[in-house]
Amino acid sequence: MDFDLTPEQRAIQQLAREFAEGEVRPKAEEMDREERFPYDLTAKMAELGFFGLPFPEEYGGVGGDTTSYALAVMEIARADASTAITLAAAVSLGAMPFYLFGTKAQKERYLVPLAQGKQLWGFGLTEPEAGSDAANCKTRARLESGSWVINGTKAFITNSGTDITGGTTITAATGTRSDGKIEISNIIVPQETPGFARSRKYRKMGWRASDTRELSFADAKVPEDHLLGVRGEGFTQFLTILDGGRISVAALSVGLALGAYDEALKYAKERRAFGKSISSFQAIQFKLVDMIVQIDHAKLMMLKAAWEKDQGRDFAYNASLAKLYAGEISHRVVNDAVQIHGGYGFIDEYPVSRMYRDQKINEIGEGTNEVQRMIIARMIGI
Amino acid sequence: MRIVVTVKLVPDLNAEKRIDPTTKRLVRTGMETVLNPYDEYALEAALQLKAKQGDDTTVTLLSMASESLKETLRKALAMGADDAVVLSDDALAGSDVAMTSAALAQALKKIGFDLVICGGLADDGSTGGVPGAIAEHLGLPGLTNARHLEIVGGTIKAQRETDSGYQAVTCPLPALVSVTMAVGEPRYASLKGIMGAKKKTIATLSGSDIGFENRAPKTELLSFAPPPARTKARIVEASDGATGARAIFDFLRERKLV
Ligand SMILES: Cc1cc2nc3c(=O)[nH]c(=O)nc-3n(C[C@H](O)[C@H](O)[C@H](O)COP(=O)(O)OP(=O)(O)OC[C@H]3O[C@@H](n4cnc5c(N)ncnc54)[C@H](O)[C@@H]3O)c2cc1C
Repeated sequence: MDFDLTPEQRAIQQLAREFAEGEVRPKAEEMDREERFPYDLTAKMAELGFFGLPFPEEYGGVGGDTTSYALAVMEIARADASTAITLAAAVSLGAMPFYLFGTKAQKERYLVPLAQGKQLWGFGLTEPEAGSDAANCKTRARLESGSWVINGTKAFITNSGTDITGGTTITAATGTRSDGKIEISNIIVPQETPGFARSRKYRKMGWRASDTRELSFADAKVPEDHLLGVRGEGFTQFLTILDGGRISVAALSVGLALGAYDEALKYAKERRAFGKSISSFQAIQFKLVDMIVQIDHAKLMMLKAAWEKDQGRDFAYNASLAKLYAGEISHRVVNDAVQIHGGYGFIDEYPVSRMYRDQKINEIGEGTNEVQRMIIARMIGI
Repeated sequence: MRIVVTVKLVPDLNAEKRIDPTTKRLVRTGMETVLNPYDEYALEAALQLKAKQGDDTTVTLLSMASESLKETLRKALAMGADDAVVLSDDALAGSDVAMTSAALAQALKKIGFDLVICGGLADDGSTGGVPGAIAEHLGLPGLTNARHLEIVGGTIKAQRETDSGYQAVTCPLPALVSVTMAVGEPRYASLKGIMGAKKKTIATLSGSDIGFENRAPKTELLSFAPPPARTKARIVEASDGATGARAIFDFLRERKLV
């Protein structure tokens, strides 16, 4: 067994850390306060190659692996969750479907600008009345004289409405299968499609700098060749996408928790009460110890899933475990980090206040804690 | 055109440093080694020149270091240097300024160059003497403390920082310059750069490869002492911000610091 990262993985983590410290952290508070999408940081991340991390060079990527990508997301989340989800959603949800299921022509047309970070792309699965139960897709697409005609609504779609968004890939019901269930397919919908509209950005509790919108389709028409992969395979395709996405969401949770721990440790050493540093109180020490134990545990689980994916092995089980556990421990960690800050932790200028708000979605997005438990229950045979 | 950047590998800036009392040398094991931060500015200056000069310009790193540390140079290769040479020989351990500069000069002759760029200082040794001494050994014009560089035909133009402004100077190539931090913040290594760096070569030269043998340092370190412990800070207690600020201001003015 070998716990060492490769020199490239170490170098990429180091670069992500320097970038997060030097560029992201100084802007995090202001971006959150102003709900301002990080266009400048997105452009810088693009220039450094972050958006193409796990994709091969022939498609505009840098040929890195899942482990490096997860470490990069973790380091950026340590400074700011909004910037980290912008990257993670762009890579795992926006670009990955093209890489995994696109034809060569679709990869050249759509994946290349995404891997270069010149464009962002949304992945539209959730609907106002179909979240955990995403297969209950109400959005319909019918084939009519060489075009898909789409009607329906998608909810909570990340990166779907920025100035540099090229479009969204959506799941839609395209018919009825022979077993009577609905047939789901993935359809590529470019931004300029007539009949396709985006709402304003939601006002959110956390991830306030990231872009999340509702999408509506009213007889929106795209050419027939805008089908992604095979007709009727939309359901298995999005399950595959979500399996991989869980590694980056786990990385995001671990990074956020690390960021909160860093702040709490620093604050505990600075703050004095009863004439002593609060870090000398055992009650505070135990909190900090419990935080780092949980973080390291979640990080190992996340890296194990990433490693399995890099080895070409089945990683779905460990990715689910890591996503669930990292989401839940990040909740406990940010809670304790605010507690250690006392009243200051409730004040917005202190990063832990933002981290506390940013954390909650980690237990909801890309499969709630409950859904994660349902998936794992099936995997352990119950 | 070939630009050679000299790079020292130094202990992590944040690491607790320790000197071995018997050898009187800095203990370099058990801690992370990093690129001398001043040399990152030298590399940045070289990469800026390379970008202007075009593709037939190459940037080679030259480092005198233990061979076991040579992988540290990958970061500089990831930033954009083309290749690296490590001058590594047990006989070079513990070199002083004279010996280091003589050895590097010898290695530079072997490698070949049009321009040598050095950082102004090494974070650990802090002599700042090596760049000038290399220029002397090679009989090169040496432009130290440069804040801006430009190659014009077969010459280099530099702005040298001085206490009272800067001087514009020029000299024919080949030449040696040392740079200040004003050349521009060292760039991030790109991810493509990191992935590409593993394919770049780090060659090794020994003392005998460059005809540099049987030399000994000319200076001897007699003793060393840790910096004096900081005196206790004076804490100003005040009822409000303005009174506190006033007390600090008076304190500084008494000592003619403001
Ligand atoms: C900021 C943000 C960004 C998002 N980005 C995207 C995106 O880019 N693309 C996208 O497609 N979606 C996105 N989502 C949607 C997200 O994935 C869903 O919100 C999530 O899957 C939960 O679905 P829901 O909101 O409909 O909740 P519901 O499914 O209605 O769940 C409500 C509650 O019931 C529980 N529950 C549901 N079914 C069961 C069951 N069978 N057993 C036990 N408990 C159950 C859930 O766990 C939850 O606690 C985003 C959401 C947010 C808030």
